[in-house]
Amino acid sequence: MRLEYFEMIDQVVRLDRAAGRIECVAQVPEASPVFEGHFPGHPLVPGVLLTETMAQASGYLVLAHLDFAQMPFLMAVDKARFRSFVGPGARLEITASLEHDGSGYAVTKAAIRHEGKALCDAELRFRTMPFPDGLDAPMRERAQKIGLLDGAGA
Amino acid sequence: MSTESATGTTATFDRVADIIADTADIPREKITPESHAIDDLGIDSLAFLDIAFAVDKAFGIKLPLERWTQEVNEGKVPAEEYFVLKNLCARIDALVAEKAAKV
Repeated sequence: MRLEYFEMIDQVVRLDRAAGRIECVAQVPEASPVFEGHFPGHPLVPGVLLTETMAQASGYLVLAHLDFAQMPFLMAVDKARFRSFVGPGARLEITASLEHDGSGYAVTKAAIRHEGKALCDAELRFRTMPFPDGLDAPMRERAQKIGLLDGAGA
Repeated sequence: MSTESATGTTATFDRVADIIADTADIPREKITPESHAIDDLGIDSLAFLDIAFAVDKAFGIKLPLERWTQEVNEGKVPAEEYFVLKNLCARIDALVAEKAAKV
């Protein structure tokens, strides 16, 4: 994870297109300016960044589902629950499943676990729309980098 | 198929009106078959997608919102055709019937 750059997903472990499900991992860095403020002397990954992590895993799932025909943008976060604390150095396991493939929108359920324990979960909704100019290539590049486009697609 | 209720509305309308009242926090009595979702009820695009999701789930269909939006934007179809609730409900009934015919 590069928290300051909003690169939350390190790797796609598994993408099941038929089931509409993705599994990803992310390593929380040992140090980040984020931890200087959240909180001084007691570093914790902020809930908003855990939400962003669930949104990005979901977003890659939707991108794969749509074969990069459209870009998902986060539109709504429902029923977000943060069940435990997590700090520097943790290895996060993120899963997301496609709940509904609507016309112009998609709905996912996502969760993060740490050392087998449920950390957080939420229902997320995305507006899907044509890629804004210039965003298609960088998104493909990031997807390639985390393994969305290759071995994980089995 | 829609059936008329004692109030003269269809079962589809009653269900859709309940969804709108619940999802967009609009008083149920304000919602009539003649209501325009945007002009009369003030539903914005985000709330409309919330409603579409609830309708998709409740009726087991997929409202073709992208096609409708394109048709309205291109001036091929007036927005009332989709956003006045009695028209929306007629389209929901048609999609439900279409789905049933395929099974």
